Amino acid sequence: MEKITTHTGVGVPLRRSNVDTDQIIPAVYLKRVTRTGFEDALFAAWRGDPSFVLNQEAYSSGSVLVAGPDFGTGSSREHAVWALKDYGFRVVLASRFADIFRGNSGKQGLVAGMVAQEDIELLWKILEAKPGTEITVDLEARTVHADDVTVPFQIDEYTRWRLMEGLDDIGLTLQNEADITAFEATRASWRPKTLPAKHLPNVPIEPARPVS
Amino acid sequence: MAGTLAEKVWEAHLVRQGADGAPDLLYIDLHLVHEVTSPQAFEGLRLAGRPVRRPDLTIATEDHNTPTLDIDLPIADLTSRTQIDTLRNNAREFGVRIHSLGDADQGIVHQVGPQLGLTMPGLTVVCGDSHTSTHGAFGALAFGIGTSEVEHVLATQTLPLAPFKTMAITVDGELPPGATSKDIILAIIAKIGTGGGQGYVLEYRGEAIRRLSMEARMTICNMSIEAGARAGMIAPDETTFEYLKGRPHAPEGEDWDAAVEYWKTLRSDDDAEFDEEVVLRASDLEPFVTWGTNPGQGLPLSANVPVPADIADEGERVSAERALEYMGLEAGMPLRDVKVDTVFIGSCTNGRIEDLRSVAKVVQGRKKADDVRVLVVPASARVRLQAEAEGLDTIFKDFGAEWRNAGCSMCLGMNPDQLAPGERAASTSNRNFEGRQGKGGRTHLVSPLVAAATAIRGTLSSLSDLDLPGDVDLITFDGTPLAPLDAPSFV
Ligand code: SF4
Repeated sequence: MEKITTHTGVGVPLRRSNVDTDQIIPAVYLKRVTRTGFEDALFAAWRGDPSFVLNQEAYSSGSVLVAGPDFGTGSSREHAVWALKDYGFRVVLASRFADIFRGNSGKQGLVAGMVAQEDIELLWKILEAKPGTEITVDLEARTVHADDVTVPFQIDEYTRWRLMEGLDDIGLTLQNEADITAFEATRASWRPKTLPAKHLPNVPIEPARPVS
Repeated sequence: MAGTLAEKVWEAHLVRQGADGAPDLLYIDLHLVHEVTSPQAFEGLRLAGRPVRRPDLTIATEDHNTPTLDIDLPIADLTSRTQIDTLRNNAREFGVRIHSLGDADQGIVHQVGPQLGLTMPGLTVVCGDSHTSTHGAFGALAFGIGTSEVEHVLATQTLPLAPFKTMAITVDGELPPGATSKDIILAIIAKIGTGGGQGYVLEYRGEAIRRLSMEARMTICNMSIEAGARAGMIAPDETTFEYLKGRPHAPEGEDWDAAVEYWKTLRSDDDAEFDEEVVLRASDLEPFVTWGTNPGQGLPLSANVPVPADIADEGERVSAERALEYMGLEAGMPLRDVKVDTVFIGSCTNGRIEDLRSVAKVVQGRKKADDVRVLVVPASARVRLQAEAEGLDTIFKDFGAEWRNAGCSMCLGMNPDQLAPGERAASTSNRNFEGRQGKGGRTHLVSPLVAAATAIRGTLSSLSDLDLPGDVDLITFDGTPLAPLDAPSFV
């Protein structure tokens, strides 16, 4: 995971509340076997509408999403975070997030910052008055800066530290690698190993056929 | 301090104790992988440039998407084929052992671990599949995980976890004839509810559990998840050791002795404290069947379909009304009058050799009811070979059933074996959710014995509805293994 201390990018005003994970990425895209390449799936149902914010030239390269309250409710699908990241978003700002979405974001290096709703309204106004305005999100100072406005945002300490250190869950666990290796040395010899493979002889299997 | 079985296994795997509310870091002994929940995990590794830390503690098999017919032909469904190809490529790239279609050890992941002797007492076992709880029958701490956790285990062979609570479920006494371990677990779920086990590891104990064979115990632990629990466990004993001895990956010689000595310590201490305790009397149990659309909506077969108006709790009443509507059942009708279209015998709950043997004994020399489709699907290719060596396939075919290749099959609508809309099945699997076995399909969960009797009569039935000749030394109903037929063991 990349370290983030500050991020600057075009802000995208998404004036909708309760954007659930089905709207972020519809279920049909969950059949894919890849972890990347979900950019086309992001907000798929809305992308056909020319007036949708991401379809407007000035916002299309946005990387900071400024959304209404209760962003990311619904299913636990991590695909929602993947889709946002694949599209290019690094930060989502909203006054409230669904818990699981916020947790998944932290794991995947997407900043989910909580900004008071009145400040969100302020940011929306700026972004709409001057499409293409860049927003700077400073994790160190916990501030969001756009145009001549600076507002605070909240994020839990642990997640903030992980984002700034660039540590995903796995990276964090691997910091304890010495402990893991030490533990492995104590494992009893009878504990099973899948390799080298042991099994009874591999007898050929007759394929069953449809019965007429 | 006195500890429960689950706590003992937990403690034996602590790599690092979490301080200040941080989770514990637990070592994972065995990681089972299948095609549905692993692709993004492997891709995550690839993106981060990480290897699989312990390919020698990881094993993969194909089960959910595999067809049970024509397994030598390309898989027709493209999504299914892609998932399976992806697993094969990932296994090759990361050095993970895989049992593919056509291999004798291909099959449902929860059968493959035990049959190879990889599942053992005292292990931590994980898999990206909720029914990983099955392996708890050996006294292992076994639970399902999500895709990011799959990646975590692949990369680190550990998982950060907060401790579970513990619940003791004691089943006293002896099962009456015709009732099986499936009826025990269905009765438990009906009693504690589908959310009753939430946050808990269940430990099943008591005389009735002790008397069960290994495979019958697996059926019970398998469905712990349907009670909402994270895992189910049974303390290992002679039955466990006997099942394991001589299996391909079981320890040998001195290792075996050391292992058994350790395994014998794996039981809850007499003064161990559980967060919750439940007691059930086995002698009260009868064959159970579900009437609704969640596994907690079950009743003894002798009962009638519930009348929603009689249900006091509003939530339950509404859910019962909806379930009856979906299931196309009339309130108050006897369950025994429910006519089925399909009987499915298989899945990780009841697709093992003992299940097949007990069904074969019931249907031997009979014909299935007209208009009923009967599918018999072994849990693994090795189970299939064993059944064929014992001649069970001929019994099934003579009966009028279809004998298939191994896989999850009709347990879930992900491969070609599905119910048509409105079609009704008596199924030995574990989930009766709306659409689980195919869009619009209606599922009644039953034991293999009830499935067999139902296939004969065409309506939900138990052995007591059959005119069984008096001298049939039929099935040892408590699940004690049948005398082995002339065939290799190890399945
Ligand atoms: S048989 Fe059914 S429950 Fe078991 S692993 Fe397959 S799909 Fe899941």
